[in-house]
Amino acid sequence: MYDFNYHKPSSIDEAIQLFTDLEDAVYLAGGHTLLPSLKLRLAAPTDVIDLAGIPGLNGIDYSGDDLKVGALTPHDDVSTSPVVQSVIPALASLAGGIGDAQVRNRGTIGGSVANSDPAADYPAAVLGLGAQLVTNQRTLNADEFFTGMFETALEEGELLKEIRFPKPEAAAYVKYPNPASRYATVGVFMTKTSEGVRVAITGAAPSVFRATDMEAALNADFSEAALDGISLDADMMNEDLHASAEYRAHLCVVMAKRAISQI
Amino acid sequence: MSISVSMNVNGKAVTQACPANTTLVDLLREKLQLTGTHVGCDTSQCGACTVHMNGRAIKACTILAAQCEGAEITTIEGLGDADNLHPMQEAFRECHGLQCGFCTPGMIMSAVDLVNREASLDETIIREGLEGNICRCTGYHNIVRAVETAARKMRN
Amino acid sequence: MAEQSIGKSVLRKEDMRFITGKGQYTDDVNLRGQTYGYFVRSPYAHADVGEIDVSAAAGMPGVVAILTGKQVAEDEIGGLPCGWMIHSKDGSEMKQPLHPVMAGSKVNYVGEPVALVVAESFVEAKNAAEMVSVDYSERDAVVSVTDAQSAPVIHEDAPANTCYEWELGEKASTEEAIASAAHVTTYELTNNRLIPNAMEPRAAIADFNPATEDLTLYTTSQNPHLVRLILTAFIQLAPEHKLRVIAPDVGGGFGSKIFVYSEETALAWASMKLGLPIKWTAERSESFLADAHGRDHVTTAQLGLDAEGRFVGLKVKTTANMGAYLSTFASSVPTYLYGTLLAGQYKTPNIYVEVDSVFTNTAPVDAYRGAGRPEATFLLERIVELAARETGRDPAELRRINMIQPDEFPYQTPVALEYDIGDYEASLNRALKMADYDTFADRRAASEAKGKLRGIGFSCYIEACGLAPSKVAGELGAGVGLWESGEVRVNPTGSVTVLTGTHSHGQGHETTFAQLVASRFGISVDDVEVVHGDTGKLDFGLGTYGSRSLAVGGSALAKAADKVVEKGRLIAAHLLDEDAEKIDFEDGEYRVKDSNQAKTFQEIAFAAYVPHDYPLEDLEPGLAEKAFYDPGNFTYPAGTHICEVEIDPDTGVVEIDRFTAVDDFGTIINPMIVEGQVHGGIAQGIGQALLEGCVYDDMGQLQTGSYMDYCMPRADDLPSFAVGMTSTPCTHNPVGAKGCGEAGAIGSPPAVINAVTDAVGVPDITMPATPEKVWRAIATADKNAA
Repeated sequence: MYDFNYHKPSSIDEAIQLFTDLEDAVYLAGGHTLLPSLKLRLAAPTDVIDLAGIPGLNGIDYSGDDLKVGALTPHDDVSTSPVVQSVIPALASLAGGIGDAQVRNRGTIGGSVANSDPAADYPAAVLGLGAQLVTNQRTLNADEFFTGMFETALEEGELLKEIRFPKPEAAAYVKYPNPASRYATVGVFMTKTSEGVRVAITGAAPSVFRATDMEAALNADFSEAALDGISLDADMMNEDLHASAEYRAHLCVVMAKRAISQI
Repeated sequence: MSISVSMNVNGKAVTQACPANTTLVDLLREKLQLTGTHVGCDTSQCGACTVHMNGRAIKACTILAAQCEGAEITTIEGLGDADNLHPMQEAFRECHGLQCGFCTPGMIMSAVDLVNREASLDETIIREGLEGNICRCTGYHNIVRAVETAARKMRN
Repeated sequence: MAEQSIGKSVLRKEDMRFITGKGQYTDDVNLRGQTYGYFVRSPYAHADVGEIDVSAAAGMPGVVAILTGKQVAEDEIGGLPCGWMIHSKDGSEMKQPLHPVMAGSKVNYVGEPVALVVAESFVEAKNAAEMVSVDYSERDAVVSVTDAQSAPVIHEDAPANTCYEWELGEKASTEEAIASAAHVTTYELTNNRLIPNAMEPRAAIADFNPATEDLTLYTTSQNPHLVRLILTAFIQLAPEHKLRVIAPDVGGGFGSKIFVYSEETALAWASMKLGLPIKWTAERSESFLADAHGRDHVTTAQLGLDAEGRFVGLKVKTTANMGAYLSTFASSVPTYLYGTLLAGQYKTPNIYVEVDSVFTNTAPVDAYRGAGRPEATFLLERIVELAARETGRDPAELRRINMIQPDEFPYQTPVALEYDIGDYEASLNRALKMADYDTFADRRAASEAKGKLRGIGFSCYIEACGLAPSKVAGELGAGVGLWESGEVRVNPTGSVTVLTGTHSHGQGHETTFAQLVASRFGISVDDVEVVHGDTGKLDFGLGTYGSRSLAVGGSALAKAADKVVEKGRLIAAHLLDEDAEKIDFEDGEYRVKDSNQAKTFQEIAFAAYVPHDYPLEDLEPGLAEKAFYDPGNFTYPAGTHICEVEIDPDTGVVEIDRFTAVDDFGTIINPMIVEGQVHGGIAQGIGQALLEGCVYDDMGQLQTGSYMDYCMPRADDLPSFAVGMTSTPCTHNPVGAKGCGEAGAIGSPPAVINAVTDAVGVPDITMPATPEKVWRAIATADKNAA
């Protein structure tokens, strides 16, 4: 890691102020995306702003309509939370499959979502469930949040505080992990709501996306067979050492069917 | 930038000055001479650096020392010593769960956390639970036996 | 009476330090005034090196010195040698281009060291290394084995990028046999390139003392004496008596820590130049780039069978990748460790093998667990499997009818080796039983009912361990002797210090060798301490590789221990006032035959060092003996591996449902340790078959440069293994042991691929058989079936 200055603000306002004042600052949540990239010297911020000292960013609450998860909540807390397990079991299951045990003890939902890694799991849940993303300045819909590879609608310095998941009728997440890194090669989050089916796919393309053809077919007939005629366009798929675009496109359908079978 | 961090390491209060970009594992190995915690990769994958922070397994290579302010850190040296082995350490020896020993401290720290967090264990849960620790020597066969053995002892 | 510990699963003596975090690996060592080295490495696979501008870097905080390859050349530091001369078919010597300690005017692989920055801290060294500016002129790179001989030349002294064109066996008779065979099976294969990935990255501390001119090198080595010999005799860095090499606890090797590398050598040179201790620890990214890789063969083979299914001839043509330079033992791997193994367990009367070794712009390739023998076994056990399928024979039965029978030993193969002993059918039968082969069809049907594919695969392997004898190896081009040394020092109180020239980096020698010696003396294992890994403590040794340590190093210790017993007998004879031949030594006691007059081993030891009543005129005091053991032959472990897989046809994901290994390692000292070696070997073999593959792109950039992309086997990728043993003790060494370190990695890959292809119904899937490849193969098989 290059040298940097370290700050640990105790309020969101202080964090925002620091970010604004400092030359090239980054926020640090659980650090499981930021620190690996700092260690490989892929980033060289002048200042690191550790959000861990800000109260109220870590926790799970289901007192209202939505399941609210604070941005700094570690994956393991989500996966083992009896509240999450009963309200949206698919979300708990997704969180329990991120990385490995040590990663889940430190990595946070906010860090994962704000980073918009094309192979991360959480974006599939956020988009699939149609979550709302509460920042220090506004509330964003999942459909407008993920704008590209490692890109979101968050503005410079804007801080994600909380994610609000509406309770679905049913949901499931099935992923095919990259055998080496264990990130999602393809992950399909399937949600049934009163307004219809949402299918969000991560890992396959430059950014998490909704498979609208699948949604239309499943709205007509929610069954594995309904996906038989569906094929995703391999041209929009990622390709790497472990999976060609064609294979990824195929896996999207396979994982979607498996998600349906779990619902 | 130099900072000062205070934490509790293996039951002892520690205050150390270090550069802000110091990771916990660097602090442990270089400043505190706790060299039982190892570094086997630079991409947060191998788990050789696993320690406990406030009772949970974490990768000490992927956390700044600064982030450990006020935390309780336990390393392999604090888990048990030759005269007073933790059941997991004992089981690794009894079951031949180690060969070169390099991944072993991290593997043991992960395994202890696994047994603590899972109400019941079977081979699949153990194997999936150790996903974050790479061993090149044992093929994991005897590591699984060791965790099964230790779990029985830890629960009695 | 003390325990008789041979054959017992004694818990490991070395474990206590490892499980409590008290191991002492090279990176755990810190010296007063230590500086840190960081290497500037080539970002190009093939480029001319122009000006190296260090001015910006030299001014960075903490920088002590920046040394370049040009300075290495100016100091007339020799190149890194290759220790085995191979001769081509035409009698010419292999091409051995200069392998510089750091690149001078040209770089030949990505990651090749170009300069060494020495600074007061690791971070400062790394920061400054980024500021070293090197003027590269990029050239076209050659990466693939198949392109190498027609590509632009890498080394001017190696035309067509060819190191040698070697052959073994009878060409004419083999071609004749195949031409007249009832059936010929042809197989083209790639043996995938692997990156060893011992969990401890390589590291070194070089500490030169300008006052005494002593140089101490701490290093992650499997054979510290060899490091010392090469640095002295070949690279001429320091005189041998002024150079001490210490390999403390070493975190795995698998071959990759046998070799003498650029980094350790450069560090030693720099320490002498600067008069400072310098430490270097590889980051994992550097390990991927610059540790010697393994395998990387492309092969075409033909196996001829007669009408009864007996093998009549095997013809093999292999091209082997050496990488950019010849690493320490690289040349021997695809030749004497490969071609000689092509008879396998079978009575194939005619075998001919040709091997072209080629240079490419990739990291050097050398021995990795098994080294040549996995490549031979993979070829043979795959082509035998294909032959069984093509001729409609049961794969186990085809193997059985071709196996060398127990009454046919010693057996001379057509490819130079003489097998001393074995019972191959015994292992096969045992493995078939353990694997429930009889009921496989039921399991396959059950899988099919679930929509899954199930397959079973065999591999009946043989390997050759403990390279030997020195005379023969020397005639074949080996640059070193192949004996091992051992010393047994009995202390005055009767405890024993054992010194061995082999090195333990996970194999448990501190326990196995203690058991071996303790059993010879009838004393407790706790009273024996094994010392290794320090040239300052023992005379000379050749280290650990090729599963040789017990068979060769253990034999040296057995010899030394027997000498101690004999000297003790003379002392006992004196004390008991009896002729030596009338004194038996058993269970730790020297006893006059048919009497109750006896002296304990401890009493004799004490008398040897406190010679108040001692035959000083006939015998020197003291009770310590050395022995050098040069083996009369290789040892030949063999066995059968059976793999059973279940495949998800929708994804191509292969699950290993069961894996059975039955091995004949001869005499076993510690079954627990031996089984552990088998487990680890199988895991690496399954890794090669399903998960691991080193990939360079066309520009020579490493694509699998971290654990994000290089797929290491993890706990949830593997099943538990069923391991069984048979035993025909080695006939020519005093221990009866054959070696067990590599068998798992040798036997398993073809068993896995045989199982996967059996399940899918295709002849071949190239390793690693990733889910996508398997999925595509299923589509092909379906199309063919339709």
